[in-house]
Amino acid sequence: MKKPPHLSFALLSVAFVLTCLLSFRPSPWSAAPAPDPDAVMLNGAGASFPYPIYAKWFSDYNKLHSDIQINYQSIGSGGGIRQLLSGTVDFGASDVPMTDEQLGQAKIKILHFPTVLGAVVPTYNIPGVSQELNFTPDMLVDIYLGKITKWNDAEIAKSNKDVNLPAQDIVVVHRSDGSGTSYVWTDYLSKVSSEWQGKVGRSASVNWPVGLGGKGSEGLTGLVKQTPGAIGYVELTYAVQNQIPYGRVRNAAGAFVKADLAGVTAAAASFAKTMPEDFRVSITNAPGKTAYPIASFTYLLVPTKIEDANKKQVIKNFLTWMLNEGQKAAEPLSYARLPKEVVTKELKQISQIE
Amino acid sequence: MAGIPVPTGPAVANRRAPALIQGLRSGDTFAHLFTLLCAATILLVTVALVHELYLNSTLAQHKFGFRFLTGRVWDPVSGDFGALPFIYGTLVTSAIALLVAVPLGVGAAIFLSELAPPRISNAMTFVIELLAAVPSVIYGLLGMFILVPFLRQYGEPFLKRTLGFLPLFQGPMFGVGMLAGGLVLALMVVPFIISLSREVLMAVPVDQREAALALGATKWESTWQVVVPFARIGIMASIFLALARALGETMAVTMVIGNDPRISSSLFAPGYSIAAVIANEFAEATGDLYLQVLIELGLVLFALTIVINGLARIVIITTTKKGSGH
Amino acid sequence: MRWRSAWRKFVNYFMFSLTGVCALVTVGVLFFILGYLLWHGGSSLSWAFLTHLPTPVGESGGGMANAIVGSAKLLFLASAFGIPIGFLGGVYLAEFGGHTFPFVVRYTADLLNGVPSIVMGIFAYTVVVLPMKHFSTLAGSLALGVMMIPIAVRSTEEALRTVPLMLREGALALGASKWKTIATVVVPAARKGIVTGIVLDIARVAGETAPLLFTAFSNRFWSPGWNQPTASLPVMVYTYAISPYDDWHRQAWAAGLVLLTLVLVANVIARLSVSGRSAH
Repeated sequence: MKKPPHLSFALLSVAFVLTCLLSFRPSPWSAAPAPDPDAVMLNGAGASFPYPIYAKWFSDYNKLHSDIQINYQSIGSGGGIRQLLSGTVDFGASDVPMTDEQLGQAKIKILHFPTVLGAVVPTYNIPGVSQELNFTPDMLVDIYLGKITKWNDAEIAKSNKDVNLPAQDIVVVHRSDGSGTSYVWTDYLSKVSSEWQGKVGRSASVNWPVGLGGKGSEGLTGLVKQTPGAIGYVELTYAVQNQIPYGRVRNAAGAFVKADLAGVTAAAASFAKTMPEDFRVSITNAPGKTAYPIASFTYLLVPTKIEDANKKQVIKNFLTWMLNEGQKAAEPLSYARLPKEVVTKELKQISQIE
Repeated sequence: MAGIPVPTGPAVANRRAPALIQGLRSGDTFAHLFTLLCAATILLVTVALVHELYLNSTLAQHKFGFRFLTGRVWDPVSGDFGALPFIYGTLVTSAIALLVAVPLGVGAAIFLSELAPPRISNAMTFVIELLAAVPSVIYGLLGMFILVPFLRQYGEPFLKRTLGFLPLFQGPMFGVGMLAGGLVLALMVVPFIISLSREVLMAVPVDQREAALALGATKWESTWQVVVPFARIGIMASIFLALARALGETMAVTMVIGNDPRISSSLFAPGYSIAAVIANEFAEATGDLYLQVLIELGLVLFALTIVINGLARIVIITTTKKGSGH
Repeated sequence: MRWRSAWRKFVNYFMFSLTGVCALVTVGVLFFILGYLLWHGGSSLSWAFLTHLPTPVGESGGGMANAIVGSAKLLFLASAFGIPIGFLGGVYLAEFGGHTFPFVVRYTADLLNGVPSIVMGIFAYTVVVLPMKHFSTLAGSLALGVMMIPIAVRSTEEALRTVPLMLREGALALGASKWKTIATVVVPAARKGIVTGIVLDIARVAGETAPLLFTAFSNRFWSPGWNQPTASLPVMVYTYAISPYDDWHRQAWAAGLVLLTLVLVANVIARLSVSGRSAH
């Protein structure tokens, strides 16, 4: 019997497709740059919060220097630290500064370079309420501890006298995946409440007393949007990009501040003088009248000794560029720039990379 | 008897020189050994996997021992971890998934193999098989944006009104929860059940069906009492595949289950599964103990799978009728 | 006796209607998902999408050319070793095996199928990525390939078992050796079922994200060879879908559609290659 002709057809088509794929070369009419054999390729991993701005920076830098390809992927702050310690990436990124224990595990000294600032804002969905709410630190703590369970509770009404709050159950939403955003949120709550500090503490993942967990900012805001009476927390960049309403928070000076880029930079600036040399600092609950209380740095983690001379030079040049030119790209993407004092200190730190 | 199907491949009889027959004999041994090795890679991989999981979770094992299986607290800050809520969530969502997917899937497979015209049956199956390739993230997104609001506004209130006397259907209704998790899983595993069951059902020889019909059975009786039992083992295999997928599914589940490590008797309540918590917290886990606890959870899931598979097989062996053709 | 046969007729009609409802419900829901994907993804698909590299948010004209090639490379290498091993293992279980060993292998295959894909990824990470000290397409293919083996074994075994005994006996009676029988009679007779299993296998593994996150990582640029991190469609879908940007959401749907199309093409080629008369 003859072999079915379909078999040869199939084999031919598979061979054809494979040849196409494996010899794929971008043609002049596509916007893809051709892979350059002399390109310096770096890999970095870490925080997802700054991923959009890092993607923009590395892309812009590649346009300026077409032989330099920096590939950054967001697998989470903890993941970034771990990959850096295992040596599988050239640099890491984290919203949370490394602990002494983690630094001790590294064979080489690791430097923290703050890149941009971010903020975390409270977002909510209350049927019938379209105004901005004011939140005091105690309110946030008690809601997330499960002590306040209805929106028309006296404590909420006290700071929101001109809002008609319904007797709706509060549905607390938090992040289910470990995240720098949760770290900043719980860091703030720990600072303003010793009860929270004792019961729950600060971490990228905590034992939340109440509430539903949404995966990623998308999951969290999705839940909040769909659940009447829900409250959650989300990065400022996310809220602005998606036009999600968020409330004001009372800062350490007593003023109710709605998060914006100026307020976040002010929070960092108020810590600038007292900042430790290695930049590992928490800037939540910052002093200052205009400071937004739930803000944080995000860091690039760079080893001090880099063996490949090419890579070392690339990193140093990039960091200098980032601190000068790159900061301009921050605000259009809703990230706050670094205050000048911090930039100056960082430029000095670059020389420590050898 | 109906005509014996003739193989259409290259000729069966050996046309070549008889001298090769000797070579063919050793060919048999070689084939036996080679295929044995391939089958053995599964064992090899599993042993290596368990070994790695075990080695990388020793810290956690020392700290908790078997208390890990009964602990209900999950506190990364204080270092207190317990696996029970996750075991519960995994079992409940997988049970819901199978309870929904198996009747639907096998029913649909029967329809497609026995009743539907061949062209329609082929076309539908083609599309169903394609859906096995949809990334679980997309199932999760669809679950979150379509299934969850539907459950919260219509599905769960309906269940509460009709079956609310059962503790399973009481309590606050968020939309997200174990019911949503189970339903999304059911959706993800039903393509496997339909596709594989249909294949096996179609492979049942025509004479079996004809024999039953000749004895006066209705088409349904022929199907249900002869064809399906004949294909029983294949259908079971597809169900095992479905179960396996349900137990290990991560992305889609975590988007709709509510991610709350609590044990509740209501299906409306949020829960958490082992695979979901590993996926959520592995990337960010800082500290050796935390990481190793998550790896130990992987080991727990493995053990759970062994137990469930074992129980299922025992049930099958004790209820298997004779005459299945194998 | 008449009402008894009327009852049986009723049961016949009713049960088949029930199965029709099952088919309608499942197929309806699944078609809905497909339609949703087609609609959302199709509206975002463009030539730029297929040929450009990803661009940062805010810049239009970004695409996923590197992810498409990356997924194809990953699936190719994973299938290249996962499917043959799985297939031959299934052959062993159906044709050669005794009693205990096949039982153990079957059991273990089902266990392996139930391992969360992220655990597979972690496993491949510790075995390949850590010693090599970097992410690579190779590591990703290993994670995916290992996931393919148990499914291939089980589905091949089931497909081979459907081949009637008399076919084998006929061949043996004509003087063929065992392996020749298997290769030239049994396997061709079962080829439709085998191909179904393989296609389902590739389909399932094509959409897996978690194992790739720690092995192939991802890549903003082209990934030359097999030793560098590479972008892949499922990872891009995941990254873009959970981002805050509408443009990226649209690209995520388009990527899901492209992935489905890739699998569709593989499906069609595979089906065409085994069409023709079989044992059924």
